[in-house]
Amino acid sequence: MRLWGEFAKGIYKENPVFKQALGMCPFLAVTTSVENALGMGAASTFVVVCSNFLVSVLRKLIPRKVRIPCYIVIIATFVTLVDMVMNAYAPQLHRSLGIFIPLIVVNCMILGRAEGFANKNTVIKSLADGFGMGVGFTLAMILIASFREILGNGTWLAVNVLGERFHNQPVLIAILAPGAFIIMGFILGTFNILERRKAGR
Amino acid sequence: MSASMLMAAVLASPDTGGGGVNVAKMMAIILGAIFINNFVLSRFLGICPFLGVSKQLDSAVGMGAAVIFVMTLATLGSWLVYHLLLVPMELTYLRTIAFILIIASLVQLVEMILQKFSPALYSALGIYLPLITTNCAILGMAVLNIDERYGLGESLVHAVSAGIGFTLALVLMAGIRERLETADVPPALRGLPITFIIAGAMSLAFFGFAGLGG
Repeated sequence: MRLWGEFAKGIYKENPVFKQALGMCPFLAVTTSVENALGMGAASTFVVVCSNFLVSVLRKLIPRKVRIPCYIVIIATFVTLVDMVMNAYAPQLHRSLGIFIPLIVVNCMILGRAEGFANKNTVIKSLADGFGMGVGFTLAMILIASFREILGNGTWLAVNVLGERFHNQPVLIAILAPGAFIIMGFILGTFNILERRKAGR
Repeated sequence: MSASMLMAAVLASPDTGGGGVNVAKMMAIILGAIFINNFVLSRFLGICPFLGVSKQLDSAVGMGAAVIFVMTLATLGSWLVYHLLLVPMELTYLRTIAFILIIASLVQLVEMILQKFSPALYSALGIYLPLITTNCAILGMAVLNIDERYGLGESLVHAVSAGIGFTLALVLMAGIRERLETADVPPALRGLPITFIIAGAMSLAFFGFAGLGG
């Protein structure tokens, strides 16, 4: 039961993107389509789960003073793995995510979980926490990618949802850079209103 | 690593191969990095400091200076390590690990040197330096230079221009946010949401530069 709590907090209560504003760069950059969001989400989830696992296993061995460089090396190792596997088995996705694959290393969400959770909790708990954070990050990306892909291309996961006419003349700005910022602003504003309603009740 | 090998590698890089620097290409890199592909507003690199350190003009300028400085040094370090160490030894798949270690140790080194020799500069830039290690603009710059196959000269020009572009976006944003303090923003949008919307408007404005590159 406790484990479920560690997992579930990442999805809404402590969502890395909406509640902690971590991992913004990949979040805004790769969410031009739901497919990219899923790819990035899977890659980041794999890295955060593995790094949480290893950091937690080694938490009594790593000296406090050099812990941050150690965490960075652990994270970079798993990112390199993801980079190579994706390049081999999903070259198309690898190309569209581009430099944001190596940049998973500097996604502050992952280092944040290593430093803030995995280095003082048991292995099982850290796994649950990493998985929850990864899923929360992925869901957040799917949310904004849905808005952007539907508005900007008329499709959702490459399935045409708004009809042929819209597909030919979409709200192109939604998949361009300004659209990412503006849509994110309105999503955060909506969350603020929801929070306010909940607090007022 | 001997000096002659270093010279050989630098001379073999494309930008100096033709004898003399290609001015048109350099201009394209400079304009591209500052305006057209602005790191923050178009490439989405360095969003965290962009949101975190843009509340006041002073700190925005400090952060911008620190980023230009570290970005240039990190580009120099990562370019040399990649082309003189990783490529000859066929270890290019280690580039992510190598680059992040170079950046982290460089930041530490700069911090220590500044603290010892220039306390004034240290007190101005000091608090921003640790933040820079996890600034994805720095690692992104190192990786981009490799992906674009830039030579050493081009890489350094790219780094300085991208740093200037980052500072430009940061300073513009800080200026707007200082005024926003007294503006009547709808309660739900106060804080981060309105910052994102303004960044969107700025990004839209920077889109106007797209025709500049030709």
